[in-house]
Amino acid sequence: MKLKPGATITEPGSSEKYETGSWRTFKPIVVAEKCTGCGLCWLFCPEPAIFEGKPVKIDLRYCKGCGICSNECPVKAIIMVEEGRK
Amino acid sequence: MKKVIDGNEAAAAAAKLARVKVISAYPITPQTTVVEKLADYVANGDIDAEFIKVESEHSALSACVGAAATGVRTFTATSSQGLMLMSEILFATSGLRLPIVMTNANRSLSAPLSIWCDQQDSVAVRDSGWIQLYCENNQEILDTTIQAFRASEELLLPVMVCYDGYILSHTVEPVDIPRQEEVDEFLPPYKLPNPLDPEKPVTIGPVGVPEYYTEFRYMLQNDMRNSKNKLVEVEGEFANRFGRSYGLIERYHSDDAEVVLLTMGSLSSSAKDVVDSYRKRGVSVGLVKVKSYRPFPNEEIVGALRNAMAVAVLEKDISLGYAGGLFLDTAASFVNSEHTPLMLNFICGLAGRDVSSLQIRQAVHAAAKAAESGEVKRTVNWLGLRENYRGG
Repeated sequence: MKLKPGATITEPGSSEKYETGSWRTFKPIVVAEKCTGCGLCWLFCPEPAIFEGKPVKIDLRYCKGCGICSNECPVKAIIMVEEGRK
Repeated sequence: MKKVIDGNEAAAAAAKLARVKVISAYPITPQTTVVEKLADYVANGDIDAEFIKVESEHSALSACVGAAATGVRTFTATSSQGLMLMSEILFATSGLRLPIVMTNANRSLSAPLSIWCDQQDSVAVRDSGWIQLYCENNQEILDTTIQAFRASEELLLPVMVCYDGYILSHTVEPVDIPRQEEVDEFLPPYKLPNPLDPEKPVTIGPVGVPEYYTEFRYMLQNDMRNSKNKLVEVEGEFANRFGRSYGLIERYHSDDAEVVLLTMGSLSSSAKDVVDSYRKRGVSVGLVKVKSYRPFPNEEIVGALRNAMAVAVLEKDISLGYAGGLFLDTAASFVNSEHTPLMLNFICGLAGRDVSSLQIRQAVHAAAKAAESGEVKRTVNWLGLRENYRGG
C-alpha cells in the first residue's frame, strides 16, 4: 500500500476494512425469545454493528463490546458475557 | 514601488500579494497590525478573501487547517502566547501536510509577562514540523512571506516566517513592493492533491495506528530535510524575477574568519556592524546569519565554519536546563565532522533588552580568547546580565 502524505485516505468507506471487533472484552448475546425488535439497540449502537430485525443481529467483526445496547434494551434481551467464557 | 512601512505591514502586504483566500488570525501584541491591515484589505474589497473571526489562536489555526484542507491559500499571523496556544494545532498542520503560511512577530513568553521581543516563542516550537525562516529586515519579511507560499505549496509543509517584534514589526523601513502581476507569475494558483470535496469524499486526519504512524513521521522528516533544496530553488527563481536573495544561511566575511558570530533575525544587522568595525582594523572576525532554523542548515553551517577557530552563538532564547536552541543545534551539526571549532553561547536580548555593540564585542572578545588559548572558560554566557546576579 502506498501511503499518502498526511495520511489522507481517498477511498470512501474504507473503514469497513478495519475490523475493530478484536478490541472487545465483553460480547453481547441476544436472547432471541425476549427481543421485541424495537430497534433501540440499533439506534444507540455507536458502530454499525447491529442490524434491525426480530431478533436483532450483531456483527461481531465491528462490535467493540461497549455494552450500550445491553444497557439500553428495555426488555433486557442483550446480555454481556466476558470473551472466552461460555 | 518603494514604500516606507513597518514589518507588520510588510507581512500583510505579502499575504495580499499572494492573493490569500482565507485569513484567520487573532490579534496579539506585537502582531496586531498585521490582523488590522488584513481586515482592512478584506473590508475594503482590496482582496477577495474570507476573514474568519475567532475567539483564540487555537481556533485561528484550526480554522486555517479546515480552510487549507479544501485547497485554498490560507494565512495566519501570531506572536508569543498566541503561538503557544496554537501549539497543538501546529503539530496537526504539519502532520496533515497542509501548506499554511504564518508570520510570527517574535515576542518573549510569560512569566514574567512581557510583550517585548525575543525568539523564545518560535524556537520553543522548532520540533513541530513547520519550516521556520527568520528575517533580518522588513524587505526580507515581504520577500520571504511571498516565497513561503510557493515553497509551502510545493512541499505540502507549513511555513512560519519569523521576525523580531517591535524591532521589525513596528519599525518603518523602505520596502520595495513588487507589482501584483509579477507576484502572480511567481506564485500561480495551486492545487492541493486530495482536497476536501463533497463530490469526491476523502478522509483527512485518520487515526495513525502503531502499524503506520512511524512511516508518516518518517515521510515528514524526510520531506523536511529535503525541503532545503526546494527553499533554495524557490529563492533562486525569486531572485531571477525580483533581484533579491538571502540563502538558508548568509556568510558575512566568515570564510576566512578565525572568530565567527552566529545569529538569527534582526540581531544579525547589529552584529554585522560590529564585524565591519573589526574588519576595518584588520581583525579576522566574520558572521553567519542563520535564516532557515528548520530545516536546520547543518551542512551549510559546517561548511561556512570550516576555517573558524571559535564560534560565538548569540541568541534570544534558551532551552531551559541546557543552553540556547541555536547553539545546541549548531554544536550538534559538528557531530562526526572532521573539524570542530570551539563554541560559546551568548544568551542576550531577552524580552526586548537592547543588544549593544559593546555586548557583541564582549562575545567576540571571549571567542577570540578561546581561539587563542584553545580553551573555553564558560560555554553558556549571559550578555548584559545585572552584575549582582552573575554567579560562578
